[in-house]
Amino acid sequence: MRHRLATALTPYALIFPGGLWIAIFFVIPIVAMLSLSTMSGNLLTGFSQTFDFGNYANVLSLYHTQFIRSVIYGVIATVAVVVISYPMAYWISLYGGARKPTYLFLLLLPFFVTFVLRTLSWEFLLSDQGLLLGPLHNLGLVPQDFHIMATSFAVISGLTYYSVPFMVLPIYVALERINREVLEAASDLYANKVQTFLKVVLPLSLPGVFAGVLLTFVPVTSDYVSAQILGGTGQVMIGNVIETLYITNSEYPQASALSFILMAALLLGIFGYAKALGTEDVLEVSAA
Amino acid sequence: MSSTMSATTGSARRDVSSAEQQSTAAISLVGVSKAYESRSGDSVLAVDHIDLTINQGEFFSMLGPSGCGKTTTLRMIGGFEEPTGGQVLLYGDDVTDTPPNRRDVNMVFQSYALFPHMDIFANVAFGLRRAKVAKAEIATRVNEALELVELGGMGKRKPNQLSGGQQQRVALARALVNRPRALLLDEPLGALDLKLRQTMQIELKRIQREVGITFVYVTHDQGEALTMSDRIAVMNGGHIEQLGPPKEIYERPATRFTAGFIGTSNILEGTVERMDGGLAVLTMPGEGRVLVPVNGSVIGEHIELTVRPEKITVCAEPPENGCALPGTITEVVYLGTSTNFTVTAADGTEMVAYVQNAVSADTDLDRGDRVWLCWPPEHGYALGGSGNPS
Repeated sequence: MRHRLATALTPYALIFPGGLWIAIFFVIPIVAMLSLSTMSGNLLTGFSQTFDFGNYANVLSLYHTQFIRSVIYGVIATVAVVVISYPMAYWISLYGGARKPTYLFLLLLPFFVTFVLRTLSWEFLLSDQGLLLGPLHNLGLVPQDFHIMATSFAVISGLTYYSVPFMVLPIYVALERINREVLEAASDLYANKVQTFLKVVLPLSLPGVFAGVLLTFVPVTSDYVSAQILGGTGQVMIGNVIETLYITNSEYPQASALSFILMAALLLGIFGYAKALGTEDVLEVSAA
Repeated sequence: MSSTMSATTGSARRDVSSAEQQSTAAISLVGVSKAYESRSGDSVLAVDHIDLTINQGEFFSMLGPSGCGKTTTLRMIGGFEEPTGGQVLLYGDDVTDTPPNRRDVNMVFQSYALFPHMDIFANVAFGLRRAKVAKAEIATRVNEALELVELGGMGKRKPNQLSGGQQQRVALARALVNRPRALLLDEPLGALDLKLRQTMQIELKRIQREVGITFVYVTHDQGEALTMSDRIAVMNGGHIEQLGPPKEIYERPATRFTAGFIGTSNILEGTVERMDGGLAVLTMPGEGRVLVPVNGSVIGEHIELTVRPEKITVCAEPPENGCALPGTITEVVYLGTSTNFTVTAADGTEMVAYVQNAVSADTDLDRGDRVWLCWPPEHGYALGGSGNPS
């Protein structure tokens, strides 16, 4: 009897630590933030709950430019990451041979340097008198008013750069899971290399692309480091706005409202994307 | 159904009389070798100068233990491995350097290798679509092929919704639907359980007869090879040990390897003492008497011979004529239809005899009993190099 009780309790015991962790550090803060987002007041007089949903309309009208910019940057960076990462993952998986672990290690090597430092080194590289543009300017190869820093290009490049490993790894895993005999079968059934890729390899690796897009699009769209270091006043993203509202201006209700709008937008985007791809198919293939 | 399939599958160029069929070489290997670079940098010869001709319409098996080169040979026929020497000919055309997608042969892979993201219809239609066959014809041919493997109406399912045996048949249909000039099968039944494997053996043979396509079948299962093949190539260490019809391979093994690999064999050796007609009489310790048919006079030669366990009877007294070896029963295994006896001779040689239980008189024999193993001399067979009668 006691044994049976223990058996029945085991799953709950296993989920308890993680469940508790999430309850304390995710559910409670998010409820608190949700409550905060409808409060009014300021730091001096204190905040009180007034169920003021006007906060939402307010921040949308104030910051929709940065909001739209973030989504556009997010989409462009994600697409760029896919375009850069897929061939890398493909090459490592199909032609990496015995050196696969080395290549994967090299891919992860930048992670050993802190994120902020990595982005700062980009500044060093891309600034007007930096490693790249300095000599070009001095030699007169590019006009003096040509900049890379403080352009959309710089910010999106930064976003793209540090997302590449998050895209390569899931695609690599998906490609590794493809039975190599399946590729031989395609070739046996008269498919040339392009057809084998388009009809067999690509569809079978889509679950990896899907996972990679999730891992890239969400952090990239809400990122604030890249825009802060590599961007100028014209590249402010929604993450920067939230950071300034919360930390500098102490406008907690507005910052919270903006965070929830961003969260809702990202969730909507992801579900829309999943629907368009046909997640059931994707999940089915990844389970097979 | 079966008749329409064979009619549509046997296209005009294969519409030849059976006599001609036997003489047409579908696949020829001329001095084909495959060397691999091992990890230590040495070159390992997986396939060692194989010469082989596989006839049109034949069910041809390559049989051997793992690492004998049979799969590598098959993959070279399919174009998945490039030979390091020699030529692969398909109906007389040199295809040695032709990639798999431009070879008119199709393969059934060991893992089936179905496309997991496509339904069964799309899997089977894959080759036809690549070959730009008209849409209506694709539908007809795919359905015919699915009917042939008894999977009619399953077209909408996904591979992971099918059992192993069904997936195996989809793989077969997917290859056959292209009407290849030869079908290559790489241990296709290896993953199935015994009962299903036996059913599929009969199925495969039926399908092969119906479509009349040359089958090249790789297996390590001797029972499978014996059941289905017209001819078997027994392979070992990258070369062919023996090539012939199942009966010949079984009854007259050319080498000790073949004798041991195909079924169970008792192997005896001895020096020829004298000749008795066409029979060589071997010197045996004790009262044993062993004779074996040989070609010519081989007096003084040391020969090896093999006797199949089912050819041996267990007797209480030595017979007047024929071979007889005394020994002690060391193991009795009762199997219902037959009983397997292990008998150890005076010199320690272990012999195995399978006795049908139709004769129930012998079944009360037990361990420790002194018996004689008896067999007619013509059921013994002298192994390669020792004057085999042809």
